[in-house]
Parts: sequence; structure tokens; C-alpha cells
Amino acid sequence: MASRPPVKFFQVGSFAAGNRLLSEDDRTVQSGRDRSNALTKGHRACQGCGEALGARYVLDAAMRATQGRLVAANATGCLEVFSTPYPESSWRLPWLHSLFGNAPAVAAGMAAALRAKGRTDVRVIGQGGDGGTLDIGFACLSGMFERGDDVLYVCYDNEAYMNTGVQRSGATPPAARTATTKPVGEEPGAAFGQGKNAPLIAMAHEIPYVATATVAELHDLEAKVERAMSFRGARYLHVLVPCPLGWGARAADTIRLARLAKETGLFPMFEAEGGEVVAVSKIRRPVPVEEYLRLQRRFAHLFGDPPRTDVIERLQAVADRNIRRFGLVEEVAA
Amino acid sequence: MKEPKPFAITLDVGSSLANKTGSWRTERPVYRDLLPPCNHACPAGENIQGWLYEAEEGGEGYERAWRNLVEDNPFPAIMGRVCYHPCETACNRGQLDSAVGITSVERFLGDEAIAKGWQVSVDVPPSGKRVLVVGAGPSGLSAAYHLARLGHHVVVRDAEDEAGGMMRYGIPRYRLPWEILDAEIARIVSLGVTLELGTKVTDARAALETESFDAVFLAVGAHIGKRAYVPAGEAARILDAVTVLHDMEGAEQPLLGRRVAVYGGGNTAMDVARTATRLGAEEAVVVYRRTRERMPAHAFEVEEAEQEGVRMKWLSTVAHADAGVLTLERMALDENGFPQPTGELETLEADALVLALGQESDLALLEGVPGIEVEDTVVRVGPDLMTGHPGIFAGGDMVPAERTVTVAVGHGKKAARHIDAWLRGGACQTGAKHAQAGFAALNTWYYSDAPRSLQPILELARRRSTFEEVVGGLDEGTALFEARRCLSCGNCFSCDNCFGVCPDNAVLKLDEAGRETAGRGYAIDYDFCKGCGICAAECPSGAIEMRPETI
Repeated sequence: MASRPPVKFFQVGSFAAGNRLLSEDDRTVQSGRDRSNALTKGHRACQGCGEALGARYVLDAAMRATQGRLVAANATGCLEVFSTPYPESSWRLPWLHSLFGNAPAVAAGMAAALRAKGRTDVRVIGQGGDGGTLDIGFACLSGMFERGDDVLYVCYDNEAYMNTGVQRSGATPPAARTATTKPVGEEPGAAFGQGKNAPLIAMAHEIPYVATATVAELHDLEAKVERAMSFRGARYLHVLVPCPLGWGARAADTIRLARLAKETGLFPMFEAEGGEVVAVSKIRRPVPVEEYLRLQRRFAHLFGDPPRTDVIERLQAVADRNIRRFGLVEEVAA
Repeated sequence: MKEPKPFAITLDVGSSLANKTGSWRTERPVYRDLLPPCNHACPAGENIQGWLYEAEEGGEGYERAWRNLVEDNPFPAIMGRVCYHPCETACNRGQLDSAVGITSVERFLGDEAIAKGWQVSVDVPPSGKRVLVVGAGPSGLSAAYHLARLGHHVVVRDAEDEAGGMMRYGIPRYRLPWEILDAEIARIVSLGVTLELGTKVTDARAALETESFDAVFLAVGAHIGKRAYVPAGEAARILDAVTVLHDMEGAEQPLLGRRVAVYGGGNTAMDVARTATRLGAEEAVVVYRRTRERMPAHAFEVEEAEQEGVRMKWLSTVAHADAGVLTLERMALDENGFPQPTGELETLEADALVLALGQESDLALLEGVPGIEVEDTVVRVGPDLMTGHPGIFAGGDMVPAERTVTVAVGHGKKAARHIDAWLRGGACQTGAKHAQAGFAALNTWYYSDAPRSLQPILELARRRSTFEEVVGGLDEGTALFEARRCLSCGNCFSCDNCFGVCPDNAVLKLDEAGRETAGRGYAIDYDFCKGCGICAAECPSGAIEMRPETI
């Protein structure tokens, strides 16, 4: 497992960004004054943006793993819009934006060009939101996986098209309200049984490395980026990044929601190598899905009068299936 | 002349640093210090979170921790053994797994100081004032220590031949060995405090008027055992607890016999019963007229006594005492919870009956002193611990308060501050107390669980620290482990989380020079902070609050 063993330090060694008592090696990249801040301040993301946080976490870790020799291709989406309104840029690494749907192809081209120039020291990241990745750019992504281009592709998943006004994407969870999945009728919000599980599809390509992470567990996320950069070939990292605007949540709850998504079992965190799951992050403090759903107005219609306990139960069943399927709960020795 | 742009580049790149997103903010994060529950609960006013923070570092940190501790309390090694630790009762970690073993760390630090010979010093010029402290118990010695460090000349007088008061003559040796007591008292004497032992002060006013002391602090304690009328035959052997415990420290140990009954339900009763067991009594029975729940003794004392084989007879009074046998009467609680006699009698074989029914102070030295008010055998004092007679202050067991060593030590510190202010013609200024750090202020996700494999060691460590010298104290590793379990409630402990979680890179990490206080290594960059509140929500210790912006 790439995630390092927890530090035997009983205050906050394993979970907070750093600590004055930890050795430098045990602290996160984010805790260092010398982190690269690949996405710098002044960007126009909303208050409490999970994606801005996730992008900086991932890129700073990748910058450290590559000693700063890193270039990025970016799909259209919030991340691109809020970071580069002309004439400003928040990026502090070579960064390229082309179209909504072709970021994986552009990244693959960058990798090919670098190989042609003999610059194997420079590494490539492709990145986008869930719309650009799972829907519009999916063919390019699958092609990139299939060819085995030397790219780490990172999907920052906030579960809808937030930039254009919160429309449903292939990553929108069932029952969630979006501009295009209204909370009305027998089956309010997004439908059950639709959408795509991008990490599992990526695994089906049998690429060297696939991992899921959230912005709530920084040590884990950074370890996964570092692990990903240790491979050559196509790699995929799927990061859950809560969106206060689209989810109807308090800006201060961004990390809390990411944490609850994992702790409920709705968002399993795992790593796979060559198409096989090699590690899962166990649930530390199990909670029912209701605790996660209640904090978000996109699920408010489930808690009306009368509440839609049937729908909540179906969502709980989704979480329970993940828990069984990935073994998310620590087996207690009999 | 501008450099030519590379091929196909036509525009200058501007940085988003030009966009000051701080203007979006409606609430601003502000670092704060809250009062941790341990500090709030400590009768001696220790900054527990503060010294644990230092101790967490280990190595050099232990001495800094100890120095922090002795700013408030001159007796860490004693406190770590005998304090009833209200701090641990209040500890927020108790709601997470189990409270931090604060006293065990305190004891470790105290023992380290004795082993390494750490000393304190007087860092202010002499004031030229002379203060008489009456009583060399915890309260008197604590006052002497603080007064000496404030530059005053202090004389401590005590009727006994050895200093320590109840710490020597009331607390059994299995809880507090002499060499520890002697070492911590010696440190106070080395500050220039004069100890005059075997000198009973009989007139408090004379000290002020004929001996020209500028102030007097009375801390005579409560050494007279309360007597209750117990109908007894001539040959019955009846003793009082204070005397038994006092005589334990003399050359000849008291003879209690094979079967000992102790009458009373306080901590002293437990001490006597446990002492009797150690003196070889085959049977030690505590007779108490109410129930276990209503006992004034601390639960852990009762538990430890029971572990040692002490038996409890609840709802019983001694109706008659004869040689070798007691007649007990069963009691029943009425609707108000008061015990009422039932008329049912039983017998209990006992060679001695020890009365542990509370203690009183010997206040003879205050007779005829104008302005002194005595109520229920204790001396009335103001909030500054001054009696009704100007210049005479009092504290410890002789004033209305809970009677514990820690409260007494706290009184000593408080009295010293007020005496100092009074001698300098001012009033003692204490800063406003910070708001308390409740459990709800914490984000406990970030605190690691104590791994199960270490739990047994921990339990053992706790037992050792409260139980006694039969086993040793904490080893260094366990003390460090305990210190690091501190949640640092309401106070920054430099975990870098705010710096890490800000989506706008608007938390600045200061270098050493920029730090205001220990642990506070960060500042908010209000030019860019959008006020999302993630830093406050994700601060493990609740050391950041969101305040509305005034527009």
C-alpha cells in the first residue's frame, strides 16, 4: 500500500497537515513553507472550493515528486475558468488549456513530444472536472489509457457541471438535485442506476495505477500522488472535491463532507495496480449516510414532511454495498 | 528594452496575485486562546495545557515544562502523587477515549527535577518587606515560595519538628514518601526562606505589632480530630484518625491490633484503613452511616482500598464500643437521603475503633485579635484571603474551602499575590479569564486513537501513578506518550492544519522570529482570505474563530 503506515504519535501525527514534533519526512507537502503553491492565491474559485484545494494538494505533491519538472494540460471547467481569467493566471507551472473534451489527448501529445525531445525527466499531468473527464473527454481518456501514454490523469470530481450552473454529469449521485434533475415526482433528483464509476472503468484498462482520494485525507492523497508518479505509463487519480455552491453546503463544511463521504462508505478510497485492488482505506468512524446527506441542500427534498426514508434507505444500500465490496470496515477478530 | 517573447507568445502573463479576493469576505478567521478545562479545574491554577505542550517535546522540553509548572506550584513531585486531579475529571479527552494522565506526567516531571537538581531562583530585587507564615503545610510553604520569589523576606514557623504539615503528618507514606517531600521543601528553603520549626505561634497579632512583620499569612491547617460521642466500655480502644496518621511518622508506630474498625466515610477514613492493613491488621473495616454513593471519599480511593482488602459496612453506626467488639446499628435512608436508625443491631469484632469524622483547626492564636470572624470553626476571609484584621491573611484548611493539598497550594499562591499587592500598596490585578474550550470546540477527527496494543501499558501507568511507591513512577517513554495525548484544547499547538487546508493559500506560516507566542506560528493573509471558515472548522483544537466583518 502506498499510504504510509500511521505515525505512532498520539496527538495528530497521522491526520493533521503537520506537527512541530514530527520529522520533516512525516509531514505533508502542504505543511511546508516551501510547497510550490502550483495554484496560487487570487484565484476566483468560490469560498470553500474543494477543487481549488484538491488541485493544489495534487500538484504540489506531484511537483515535489518530480523536483518541479512538471507540465499540465487542463480541460475546460471550473478549474480552468476560475484560475485563468485574462490576463491573470494562478498557475505556477507550465499549464495548457485547449478544449473541454480533449485534455487527455493534449496531455498524451505533450508526453509524446517530451519523449521525442528526449526529456524523460519532465512529467505530464492531465486534469479536469468530472464533466470533462467522465462525459465529454471520456473517449480521449480511454484512448490515453489504452495506449499507455506516460500521463497521470487527475479527475477532480464534484459530481456535476458546476461551472455552467450545476447540471447533472455522469458522476452525479442518485437522488441529488441538479438544474437538470429536479427534486420532483416519485423518483426525485438524479436516477438510481445511471452514471459511471470512472475508477473501476480505468481499472478495466489494466493500467499501472488507479486510486481514489478525497481532500479530507491529505497524508493519504499525497502518498497516492507520490505512488502514481513512481510509475511510467497511464495512471488515473480520482479525487472527490465537494462543491459548496453545487451541493448547497456551508463553505466551511467542504472537508467535513469529503470526510463523511468516505466514512459513510459512499465514496470508497482504494488503490489498484494493474487492474487489481491492492489497498483500501478502512472506515475509521462509521456513520449512516443521513449524516452526510443532511448537510447538503441538494438532498434536502429527502428530509421534507414526510421524509423520503425509502430513498435514504436506497442510498444507504449503495454505501453498504461499497463497504462489502471493498471491505471498508475493519474485521474484528472473533 | 523588453526581452523579445518566445515564438507564438504575444501576451504578458499576469498573476492572479493582482486579484485581492479578501474583499469577498463577510467573516474573518481570528486565532484565539481558550481556557482548557484542565486549567479551569486546577485548584492550584496551573497552566496544564501549557506545560504539557512543552513536555510533548521530550528531552529539553521536560525542563521547560517543569519551569512552567513551578511558576504556579512549587510541588510537582508531591502533586503528581497526592492530587485528586480535578483536571483529569474535566479533561476533554475523557469524552474521546480516556482522560490524559496529567498527574502521572506531573509526577514524572517532579521526579526528573529532583533527580537532575533543577532549581528556581529569585529574579527580583529584595522588597525589604518581612512576612511571617504560620504553618509549614502545603498552603504555608506555597505562600512562602511565591512571596520569596516576589522579593520578600519570609519566615515560616511551625509547631512540629519537621516541615510539611498534613503532607507529612496526614498523608500516609505509601502515597507520599518523605524523601520527595524533603526534596521539594529544600528547594523552597534554598530561596532564602527561613524555617523555624518546633515554634508554635500563639498570638498572630504579636507578630505584626511586636515583631514588626509587615504581613502575616496563617495556614495552621486542621489537625484536631472531631470527636463524636460513642458510648463505650472502659476497656474499649478508641483513637482518632489524625493522631493515628500523625504517629505513623514518629519513631513508634501506633498499635491498632489485628482487627481495626474505622468510623467515617471520607478520604481520611480510607487512608487509615489502608494504613492499618499495612501495619499488619488482618481485617480493616470502614463503618459509614450512609451509602457508597454518598461517601465523601473519592471513588478511586474506595476502589483502591477495596483492592487491598478493606471491607466496607454501609448504613451502619457505632452504637457501643467494648473491648474487642463493637455494636453496630443498621441505618436506613429516609426520603431526604438522611440516615435514620432502624433499631437493628449487630456486632463487629474489632480491637480498635478509629474515628475519622473530620478535623478542626486550632484557632487559639487568633483569640482577641480584632476584626477576626470565625464561623463553623473556620476563619472568614475576603476574596483576597485577608481576614477582617488588616495585614493578616489566611488560607488552606482553616478557611472555608475544600480541604485538599491542591486547594491549599492554590491558596498559598493566591495569598502571596494579594499580600504582595497589599505590601506594595496596590490591588492584585488578574487578567480576565478566557472563554472555556468545551468538547464541541474541537475537531476530534484529527486526534489519533491510542493504539489498542498500548492500552494495557497505559492503564498500568495510570495505576502506578495514583497508587504508590510499592511500584515505581512512569518511565520516560510512557510519560511522553501521556503528554502527547493532550488535545491542547483551545490553544494552537502548531499542527499546520490551517496552513494546509486553506483553498486560497491565505494562511501564512511565520518563521521563528515572527511568532508572538509559543505555538502561534501562523497569520491570516486578509488580502486573500475569502472567509470560507475551513481553517476554523478543521482546527483540531478550536483555536480559530470566525468573526463577522464590520462593513
